[in-house]
Amino acid sequence: MKLCAGASFAGSLGWLAVLIFSLGKGLAATPYESPAARAPENKIDELVFARLHELNLEPAELCSDPVFLRRVCLDVTGTLPSAAEAKQFILDRNPAKRPELIDRLLARDEFADYMALKWGDVLRIKAEFPINLWPNAAQSYHRWVRDSLRDNKPCDQFARELLTTSGSNFEKPPVNFYRAMQNRTPAGIAQTVALTLLGERAENWPSNDLANLAVFFASVGYKSTGEWKEEIVYFDPASTNAGALNGAARRAVLPDGEKVTLQPDADPRGVFADWLVKNPRFARNLANRTWAWLVGRGIVQEPDDFRADNPPSNPKLLDYLARDFAGSGYDFKALCRLILNSKTYQLACLPKSTNALAAANFAAYPLRRLDAEVLIDALDQITGANEKYSSAIPEPYTFVPDNLRSIALPDGSITSSFLEMFGRPPRDTGLAAERNNRITAGQKLTLLNSTAMQKKIEASRLIEFQTSSNRAPAEIATGMYLGILTRFPTAAETKVAQDYFQSGIGKRQAAVDLAWALMNSTEFLYRH
Amino acid sequence: MSEFFFDREQRRPRLSRREAIRRSLFAASGLVLANHISFRAFGAAPAPAARAKAVIQIWMWGGPSHTDVFDPKPEAGYDYCGPLKSPIETNVPGIRIGELMPVLAKQADKYSIIRSLTHNNFGHETASYIVQTGRQPGGRTVFPCVGAIVALAKGYDAGYKGLIPPYVVLTEPQGRFDEAGFLGPRYKPFATGGNPAQTPFAVEGVVLPGFSDQRQKNRRELLHQLDTLAQALPEDPQVAANTKAENMAYDMILGDGAKVFDLSQEKAELRDRYGRTKFGQSCLVARRLVERGIPYITINYGGWDTHKENFQAMRRLLPEMDKGMGTLLQDLSERGLLDSTIVWWGGEFGRTPKVQWEAPWNGGRNHWGKVFSAVLAGGGFKGGQVVGSSDAKGEEVKDRPVYPVDLIGSVYAQLGIAADTKLPNPEGQPTFVMPQPADGIKSAGLLKEIMTA
Repeated sequence: MKLCAGASFAGSLGWLAVLIFSLGKGLAATPYESPAARAPENKIDELVFARLHELNLEPAELCSDPVFLRRVCLDVTGTLPSAAEAKQFILDRNPAKRPELIDRLLARDEFADYMALKWGDVLRIKAEFPINLWPNAAQSYHRWVRDSLRDNKPCDQFARELLTTSGSNFEKPPVNFYRAMQNRTPAGIAQTVALTLLGERAENWPSNDLANLAVFFASVGYKSTGEWKEEIVYFDPASTNAGALNGAARRAVLPDGEKVTLQPDADPRGVFADWLVKNPRFARNLANRTWAWLVGRGIVQEPDDFRADNPPSNPKLLDYLARDFAGSGYDFKALCRLILNSKTYQLACLPKSTNALAAANFAAYPLRRLDAEVLIDALDQITGANEKYSSAIPEPYTFVPDNLRSIALPDGSITSSFLEMFGRPPRDTGLAAERNNRITAGQKLTLLNSTAMQKKIEASRLIEFQTSSNRAPAEIATGMYLGILTRFPTAAETKVAQDYFQSGIGKRQAAVDLAWALMNSTEFLYRH
Repeated sequence: MSEFFFDREQRRPRLSRREAIRRSLFAASGLVLANHISFRAFGAAPAPAARAKAVIQIWMWGGPSHTDVFDPKPEAGYDYCGPLKSPIETNVPGIRIGELMPVLAKQADKYSIIRSLTHNNFGHETASYIVQTGRQPGGRTVFPCVGAIVALAKGYDAGYKGLIPPYVVLTEPQGRFDEAGFLGPRYKPFATGGNPAQTPFAVEGVVLPGFSDQRQKNRRELLHQLDTLAQALPEDPQVAANTKAENMAYDMILGDGAKVFDLSQEKAELRDRYGRTKFGQSCLVARRLVERGIPYITINYGGWDTHKENFQAMRRLLPEMDKGMGTLLQDLSERGLLDSTIVWWGGEFGRTPKVQWEAPWNGGRNHWGKVFSAVLAGGGFKGGQVVGSSDAKGEEVKDRPVYPVDLIGSVYAQLGIAADTKLPNPEGQPTFVMPQPADGIKSAGLLKEIMTA
């Protein structure tokens, strides 16, 4: 699925048909918008459009089919569609092609890979300093997360396993939750739990509240075994922390103020987990994180900073999503499906209103630079290249197969200068802001002018394929547009490409430069 | 043209504008208010006089064998020194160094050797963190390393205007921990990539071999013509940021910013003296970067994790290190740059003084954090001195322990970076350039004995 097949003659005819068909329907002036009506598709749209109406803001037009295909593939699977997929989808007349595509994508392995990457950031899955999970523990933890996502494990069960599992870091992967933090004091664990599962910064809570939450983690014990780097996480009622915090009364207070009495032989982590998964704060946090991942911005923004003085931009929307999510039995794929099928998600990126309120209320799909891992995978997919990753840890070396995609890297310690430069998070704290997708001049140098990029393009099967036969410049351009930008070129773009081919620099160099230009375009570099 | 490689808005720490509260000193009664924390923000209070403008850090990745390099122990016998049993005299009477470093032996009047560094940590990543941040691992915070703090104190926030970022690493990033820590990606080093011993030195993204300026301009024009989405969204802040970054990139590609990396401008004879190796030519590039005003350059020099066949590795590596570093010191000195440039040599720890002769090590040395060496030269540090000592076999500190935080604090002092300057910690904890007493970091004080008054 790596190589974009060039557009065939039939493909070119198809493109003409689409163009004529579209013109007939009065297509907007850009390749990014669709003339279809923005009638609400589901409750999300009713709530978002009502809020926009209230604010006197107009939503963007709907996005075109090519934009939708590219967007949903990138957002759901972190993966660029191939030229063949692009052509097929664009030419497909089936009116249900968008919802059907969403279902297919949610079933793909890359969905689990990409969501595990996001959860890996949140959970700080990393072998080395300062998290120090150790390579085989990081990998087993990542595999558990990925499998949970692939199998669509209900999120309440996922959270409960993270919170309550005991055992070896190698054999019981979720215990690594308690190891993936530098500060393993009860208060340190409580902060991490609040950030991860409530989206709240417990260090900003009244100090009593943090101390109260810490009580539930005062009996978390850690011990090593004879096995190298094995660590057991377990319920240790004799822990000195437990004595100091619980006192003789064994009273504890849950984050919403409810008082409970802890039984001496029962792990208090279970008491907390029971409370958590029934609490709307948990559902809101996960619904908001998912929304932010897919729509590009949280209803509460930053998505991990819930607090009274940082209210949701659309409280009804957040409540609806959280209730629907909890009501579905915390069905993560159902939540994704609900959001992706909304017209709100499918708005074009060309806003009709450009103020901050419009952005906070989802009046258009926001441009965002591709994640580091998604970007390098996309470049590799187009050019047929592979990244070579190796672990910096002396022993045991982690074996990374050549064909492993960057979004599927299990361990945040395995990295590259490209990933570092493009803002891959160090996974030190789990804060969403650790991932940095802002463009810098250094990144532009890498994309515009590095030998690594140039070599990828020069050696690519794309260039070889597109220039090998008697293909006319317009056909070459069509093939490249489909493979790189997931759409057919406009007439004006084809003309520019043809002129470049005729400028006397030779077919091969013109093709290399054309591929380079498309891979450096805003349209390629940004989700849109 | 400010801040070349780093975005301005995201995670940029906000500097406190609070005026410095002076350390209270009740002179009349002679009473010092102990632990009185004084706050200082960068630029908000007069910094102590700076002697140094720049640092060249030769990072000995892996941990070099202290007893084979700057702390030889020939009297300890074959089981300790193996075949390297004949240290050589330097141009400073009484100071001997490893026998494989004749060039550095002639420059000993320019540097001081610290033979009593200690942190008692034996893991690469934790020891790297301790040696480069002066902090202890643990807690939730990851502290920035020296280079990132210099990038904060002497970089774009402090009026640095260069196209080349203020913190450069030759040629690959260290990758052991996030160098910028909580300061965020804006303060990470720019890694050049490429190999300065090859022609041209293809600094990634800056020099694209075989590309004429005309082709660069033609394809940039093509890109602009085909950038349909950018044309449709002229107001979008992301598009604007992308355009700004692109303009800066082309200033570098087509302007003369990249000439600093062009070693063909140097005399062949001088290049030979540095050694035509990646390390030797990196030293030469470092000198050129210092001349251009870049305040912090790390030469990331690997190969020193000599668990196996240590002596073969020493015979291979030390001559090239000797030529590169020795020539760097002499060259900086002849150009009058050494007085304002600190050269800091050292790795995360030393190596087991007792040789492991058995298979599979075959004469290897393991990690050793109890005592190891570092070298400081220039920028207000005296030459021809030895600080502290290890015991007869190089296994323990004998006298004058030096902790990593002491060395780092001395470097900051020479750079004029006040120890009590507040760092912008995104989690809001009060955090300073140097640890506070409450942080419980072991210290034996600054290296006053080698700091010029």
